[in-house]
Amino acid sequence: MSKQINVALIGNPNTGKTSVFNALTGLNQKVGNYPGITVDKKQGVCKLSRGVKAHILDLPGTYSLNASSLDENVVIELLLNKNDKDYPDVAIIVSDVENLKRNLLLFTQIKDLKIPTILVINMSDLMTRKGISLDIELLETKLHTKIALVSTRKNNGIQELKLLIENYKTISKESCLDISSIDAAYFQSLQKAFPSQDVYKLWLVITQDANFGKITRQELDISKFKTKSNQELKRLQQKEAIKRYQFINSILKEGQTIDRSKATGLRSKLDRLLIHKVWGYVIFFWILLTIFQAIYDWATVPMDLIDTTFASLAEWIKNTFPDGGMVTDLVAEGIVSGIGGIVIFIPQIAFLFLFISILEESGYMSRVVFLMDRIMRRFGLSGKSLVPLISGTACAIPAVMATRNIENWKERLITILVVPFTTCSARLPVYLIIIALVIPDGSIIGLNYQALTLMALYLLGFGMAIFSAYILDRVLKTKHKTFFVVEMPNYKLPLLKNVIITVIEKTKTFVFEAGKIILAISIILWVLASYGPGDKFNNAESYVETTAQTSYERNDQIAAFKLEHSYIGIIGKTIEPLIKPLGYDWKIGIGLVASFAAREVFVGTLATIYSVGSANEGEQIDTIKTKMGNETYADGTKVFTLASGISLLLFYAFAMQCMSTLAIVKRETKSWKWPILQFIGMTAIAYICALIAFQFLK
Amino acid sequence: MHLTIADLKKGEKGIITDSSSKDIPLKLLEMGCLPGNKVHLLQLAPFADPMYLNVNDSFLAIRKETAALIIIKKTDE
Repeated sequence: MSKQINVALIGNPNTGKTSVFNALTGLNQKVGNYPGITVDKKQGVCKLSRGVKAHILDLPGTYSLNASSLDENVVIELLLNKNDKDYPDVAIIVSDVENLKRNLLLFTQIKDLKIPTILVINMSDLMTRKGISLDIELLETKLHTKIALVSTRKNNGIQELKLLIENYKTISKESCLDISSIDAAYFQSLQKAFPSQDVYKLWLVITQDANFGKITRQELDISKFKTKSNQELKRLQQKEAIKRYQFINSILKEGQTIDRSKATGLRSKLDRLLIHKVWGYVIFFWILLTIFQAIYDWATVPMDLIDTTFASLAEWIKNTFPDGGMVTDLVAEGIVSGIGGIVIFIPQIAFLFLFISILEESGYMSRVVFLMDRIMRRFGLSGKSLVPLISGTACAIPAVMATRNIENWKERLITILVVPFTTCSARLPVYLIIIALVIPDGSIIGLNYQALTLMALYLLGFGMAIFSAYILDRVLKTKHKTFFVVEMPNYKLPLLKNVIITVIEKTKTFVFEAGKIILAISIILWVLASYGPGDKFNNAESYVETTAQTSYERNDQIAAFKLEHSYIGIIGKTIEPLIKPLGYDWKIGIGLVASFAAREVFVGTLATIYSVGSANEGEQIDTIKTKMGNETYADGTKVFTLASGISLLLFYAFAMQCMSTLAIVKRETKSWKWPILQFIGMTAIAYICALIAFQFLK
Repeated sequence: MHLTIADLKKGEKGIITDSSSKDIPLKLLEMGCLPGNKVHLLQLAPFADPMYLNVNDSFLAIRKETAALIIIKKTDE
């Protein structure tokens, strides 16, 4: 018979809770979602002896059961609901040997819920070096628990922990603190009102409701009972914290001795350098440069490889399978290129998260927050927003995913919404061709006009991101009061296993969550470009006059004619009145629509529409440039002038034209509301800026 | 005028005497910002904000506006 034990892994942030989770489950884990909120639900399976399995739920890190964020609230909601299928048979509290006192606060709260609780004291390998000694037997008796001394770094104590989980039934359910002692009269009346309920549970529900507004619960509805103001409740909560610390201190006085002279000065030595008023910033920018270099430069090697692999795969399918069939074309041009468009981002995502998880694991990220908070706060952002904003210059997708580290939801949302303004690498080919076309080739004080324009566009993107953050900060309302308390954890060497698991997990999230949407839209765009109504599309050959010298040229002309009369071409012509005031014709319109798949598609689409499709790549850019330069309206005026060029540059700088980003924003905010608002907002800004620029320069 | 954590200079220490202001986040209290506990100001970011403290053996960074709510008395040791 297989039996399953439900285990909840609970603990303060920075105690190595995730390491314990990884040690127990290995790669036997999956990440899901809690319904309706942006919190990852990490679960895994741990095999115990005799076929018994433990189902382990890694709950979000929290300092206490009095939640201050939605992440932390997940923990309370689970522990208050005995009918939840994940309700734990046994709770494991992960604590850090150096911070036992504070970690025990949460422990006593869980104990008071009368859940059998195992106390894991992690990083026990540091005990001798830090001069800490513990009387485990005494602590076990006084805290009514079983203790596992674990070192995930040295891989010690995990077997003992598994054994404790297996025998969870022997663990005492006795509570640590009698909550009524903080206000006897109040708790007596509370108990009287709900005689069948546990009084500490009731107390948690009351304080949670005060923090989060009423949350509907099936099991406990105590909305009718309210005799204290929020101010009084807070005072009681402070009293509770004091009582808990009194209890903890009295036990640790006997059970723990710390020889302070042995404490090493690694923290203060590194802090002196890493958060130094000058060197701290120098080092941080050097690290940023390395990350930027990695996603911008190193990642291009695997990305080019992926690009050519998928291109030749598509080619191979076209040549191998029945010619001209709809299925063959759909597979080759729609599905394979669609999947290629997803896979191509993997190197950048993996690189970014490799760095981010190292920075997080080592404890450095908190120092960055400390250094940057004051500056970023002015714009409604957090110290942690800087890494996403910088990595957005490579690609907005990993950047949006990197905002996970920002605990404050409002700051995180603002960061997600403004990141796509930064100049991502997909804009570069578009910028290059338009700059070459409309910006004169001259220089001022030794600086090339074209280079200056490119730099101005980068600065413009970053400036727009900061500026819109500032506006959003004033517009957005949030339910929660924002506050700033950041723990400065000890410096640690990152564990390779944790880093690798993070990288794999983030990459998987992208491929499977955002990938679905990207693939769907690629196929739609392919259909729009490959089909058209009426005879002009279907019999293009008979409409195109043979002025061409070679069969290649003729094929190109036919392809251009087909695109003009395809559905996407019709869309381009339909939106022409709308984009005319910006200085674009319907051909650019097609480019704009196609750019929605990804901005870099613009150049390729123009290549088809100016019928240079079969020219080879290096040549292609020059040919498009020449063709675009010669493009004129019916009255002989040029399509690409300084005015329309600048207008187009501004449009690409600000418009939200990347479905992959929208897909990932949808995934990260768990709603279509934000990506839709982002799309409308950014495109409106782009339209207005382009309109003003064109009308002014015309 | 009471002395608060915001008045400490880099390296100075104190003992918390009152942290009952309603604007102090509960999280901070639970991390040990309670009367009787020692505070040590370790480092300051530029413009003295945020402040990097050791309270009750925990290492924390808080903004100056919050630090100004926690009343202390200075100690020498």
